[in-house]
Parts: sequence; structure tokens; C-alpha cells
Amino acid sequence: MSEVKKIATRESYGNTLVELGREHDNVVVLDADLAAATKTNIFKKEFPERHIDCGIAESNMMGVAAGLSLTGKVPFASSFAMFAAGRAFEQVRNTIGYPKLNVKIGATHAGISVGEDGPTHQCNEDIALMRTIPNMVIINPSDDIEAAAAVRAAYEHVGPVYMRFGRLAIPVFNDTPDYRFELGKGVTLREGKDITIIATGLEVYHTLEAARLLEADGIDARVINIHTIKPIDKDIILKACKETKKIFTVEEHSIIGGLGSAVCDVVCEGAPTTVYKIGVRDRFCESGPAIELLHKYQLDGEGIYAQVKANM
Amino acid sequence: MDKLKLEQTANQLRKHIITSLHGAKCGHPGGSLSAADIVTYLYYEEMNIDPAEPDKADRDRFVLSKGHAAPALYGALAMKGFFPLEELSKLRKTGEMLQGHPDMKKTPGVDMSSGSLGQGVSVAVGMALSAKLSGEDYRVYTLLGDGEIEEGQVWEAAMFAGHRKLDNLVVIVDNNDLQIDGSVADVCSPYPIADKFKAFNFNVITIDGHDYDAIAAAFHEAREAKGMPTAIVARTIKGKGVSYMENAVEWHGAAPNDELFAVAMADLEKEGEALCQK
Repeated sequence: MSEVKKIATRESYGNTLVELGREHDNVVVLDADLAAATKTNIFKKEFPERHIDCGIAESNMMGVAAGLSLTGKVPFASSFAMFAAGRAFEQVRNTIGYPKLNVKIGATHAGISVGEDGPTHQCNEDIALMRTIPNMVIINPSDDIEAAAAVRAAYEHVGPVYMRFGRLAIPVFNDTPDYRFELGKGVTLREGKDITIIATGLEVYHTLEAARLLEADGIDARVINIHTIKPIDKDIILKACKETKKIFTVEEHSIIGGLGSAVCDVVCEGAPTTVYKIGVRDRFCESGPAIELLHKYQLDGEGIYAQVKANM
Repeated sequence: MDKLKLEQTANQLRKHIITSLHGAKCGHPGGSLSAADIVTYLYYEEMNIDPAEPDKADRDRFVLSKGHAAPALYGALAMKGFFPLEELSKLRKTGEMLQGHPDMKKTPGVDMSSGSLGQGVSVAVGMALSAKLSGEDYRVYTLLGDGEIEEGQVWEAAMFAGHRKLDNLVVIVDNNDLQIDGSVADVCSPYPIADKFKAFNFNVITIDGHDYDAIAAAFHEAREAKGMPTAIVARTIKGKGVSYMENAVEWHGAAPNDELFAVAMADLEKEGEALCQK
């Protein structure tokens, strides 16, 4: 069996910024002393004059990005999710969201797969925070192919966009000839008639694994990839409610306010169905290698399988 | 515009500030009145702007970082013809254009929405950087409160502007000495203000913020200062022009009732008449 190609989506972010930089003179990239980690250093190498290191000052960075967007540039403001969405929340809300400015936020190192740096840097709350801001679009891509497409879609979209990327190298599985990214549209990766598992980000791949394990037990699980958490694809969710018996959601994020909550909002209004949320269960986690943490907190294929089985 | 004409214009602006706040029955007169001379100078003398083309690409930009002084900005914009003067009477009313704090999406001539303190200055810095990146000539102005500079983000922005040598940026501090909870020196002193900006690699000028000779000289000097941003620390009087509001902290965020409105307008009429005699 050939080894699956693995790439961290932060790497996809850096690589696609370079491509956008070549295509568009108005692309500028901001960072807050994390260029080596967010991978904006790839852009910096080719376009040093268009890479603006703001130092360790994320609040100011968001404002500078706003000013750049008001004067003809398309800024990509980059930091860890903890600081981009967490520390600078109010700047993003008031200075970017309220005036609907064309600022793109590239948030890397999201979720527990940050690993060894531990709970202070494992942001499991960013989707919840960003969802509450009117005008904000939120994209959480599932692999390298989708992350690259997401960065391009963010550039094309006029208005603020929050992009969520990870530190961990993850399998590339969207490298199919017919792959197409459409902002706001969910993707059915596997048909199924018993239950539906809706996943986002790096959990999509793990969910496909879980679906294979469920199949062996005779459970036919539909798998939906929601890369755009806001605006969310209501149609694909409501269809799943009508065609399958139960909904599971899977995310590397708190079960409070993230994908699971967004799905529940749709389900409650449209087609009441039981939803079981798989994610970080209202707790801080711990330091450790990412793969071990995903296993321990039941966010790998095996863990998702076990949680689905236990809550059928 | 000569000094007398500027003083008369500012007198007119102060009347609009008081009238619009009286109509709104709430808002922030103290810091609007203290900033009125600076705002008048910016809009009538300093900035390259065109009311007929509020969004023209090469215009100078102004960010009212102390967004609660919106009545001063709105008054100046209306007087310049960015929108009809009648709009001022609808300040803070449901469904109307003039929000409690500036909204660029609703109001022609407003370059940036603002109001949450400490944030506007970063946006002004971003605009100034943008001009440098693309080799454009426009200049960027931002007005901060002296209480506002207690926000840490102001100093993040100052560090960045000094580091980037943004000599197309002018930061003005409306140093009226008062904030909601008392004198800035008592609440959490930001002094020495000039030394702080100097330490962040700014060209710093301290002036009487109601003296048009000093204001003009400062803005001229700012244009000449190369390789560093300029901070103008404008010593002002909170509530300037209205007898009972001057240096009175309780007029930070309260509108005059009918009786006090009449007193305020009489004060300003008197000042206007005195200027006519000059």
C-alpha cells in the first residue's frame, strides 16, 4: 500500500498566497512574528516588500489590515487561531466585520492538533467566536487541495473571510479530477441511508475512516464535508435529516458554538432530528503529539466510530 | 482661510454640535467641543478632500479614532457639503444616517467606522502604510482622545508607525485632560504624552489646540518632517465654548436640556458676535 501524501493546510496557505501574489499586485500579507509557523514566510521570500511583519501585536495588525483594505489592497492577516480570533476578537468584530471590509484572516494552528504547545495555544473556540460576527465568512478546509481552493475563494469573495488552517500534516484526499470548491456548498463524500456524519477540517478524513468501520458493522453512513461553516449549506443538511435517521457532527473544536451548533441551528428550524455532536467536550486538553491527542480525545477514525456506535 | 474665518467656522461648528446633541437628547458634547478647532482646520485648511467626490482615490484620509466626537465630524462634513445640514437634526435617531459613532457605510465623507477606542489609529496607520507601498501621495490624519491613549493598542500602532517611518501620518491627541471617571491624571495617567510618542520615534509637537496660528504651524511642520510620523499633542479645553461645559467632566456624555441648550447657544452667539467685531 502506497504511503498517503500528507501536507499541513498552513503550508497550503503559504503556497497559495505566493500564487495569488504573482497574479495580483494588490495582495499583501501581514503576520505577527509567526511567519515561519503560519508559512507566510514562503510569500515573504518572493515578495518581501508586500509582507508586513507587525510584530507581536495582533490587535494592531487587524487594524492595519483594515486600513490596507480601505486603500485598494487585499490583505491576508495571519496568526495562530488563538490570537487572530481570540485576542483580536473585538478588533475583527468592530474594525473588520462592522464596516464589512475586504480583509482575509488566515488563522493557523487551530484545534488540539497544535499538539505539544498545549492548551494555551490549542484554540477550540475560534469558529464559535467568528460565527457571531455579521458579514463574516468562515472556511475550514479538509486538506491541501481544499485549502488552496479556499484561499483563492477568499480572495475572490468581497468582504471579510476567516480561514482556519492546521499545524499537523494531514492526508490529501481531494486530489480527484472532478474536485471543485464552491463557497457555501457542502460536499457529499459518501452516500449513505442510515445516518449522516457531517464533518469539517481535518476531521473529514477521520470521518471517512469511521464510515468504513461502521460499514463493516452494517451501518450505512453518509459523510458530508462542510468546508464553509458560514454561510452554511442548509439544503444538504436538511436533505440528510429527511433521508437518514440521525445526524452526527465532527469537528476539532468545542462542541459549543462550532460546526455542531451551526448544524443544530439549521436542523432545529428546518427538520427536527437528533444531532449528536462530536468534538472537544467543553474542556481544555493538554500537551502531547497531535496524533496521540486526536486519539485520546476520540477525534480520530476509531474515536469517531466508537462515539457514533455509543450514540446510535 | 484666515485665522478669523477659521474661528468663525469653528464657532458655527460648535453650534451644530450643540444643536445636534440637543436633538439627540444624548451623546458626547465635551470631547466634540474640545476637538472642534482641530477638526475645522483639517476640513477647511489641511486636507485634500472633495465633497462632490467623497471617495476619490487620492484624497487625504481622516480617521476619528475618538469616535464619540462624531458630532464634530458630522458638523464639519455637513458644513462642507458632504450631506445636507438637515441630517444633523436626525443624529442618533432610528433609521437615520448619523449613527452614535461614525459609520463609513452610511455617511458620505466618513473614511472609517470607529468608536471602539484604540482601534481607529491602527486603521490610519494601515492607510498610511498603504500609500507608502504603492507610492501614493495622500496623507492620513487621526484624532485620538487623551483617555483613549490608555488603550494598549494605541502603542502597538505607535510602535508600528515609528518603525515604518510613516511620515505621511499625523496623529493628533485631543488633550483635554478629562475622561469619564475624572481627570486623566487621576484615573490612570497617560502623562508624559509627548515623551511617550517621542520614545516611539515620532516627531512630536505640543500646541494650544484652540490657537489657529499654532495649529497651522504644527500641520506645516508635520509636512516637513521626513522619515518619521508626527504626533500633535493639542492641549484643549473639554467643552470649549460653552460656559458650563468647560472643564466639567459631567459633560463628557450628556446632552443639554432645553434650558441649558439655550444657555449654550447664547454663549456661542456671544462668541460669534465678538469674532465679528474683530
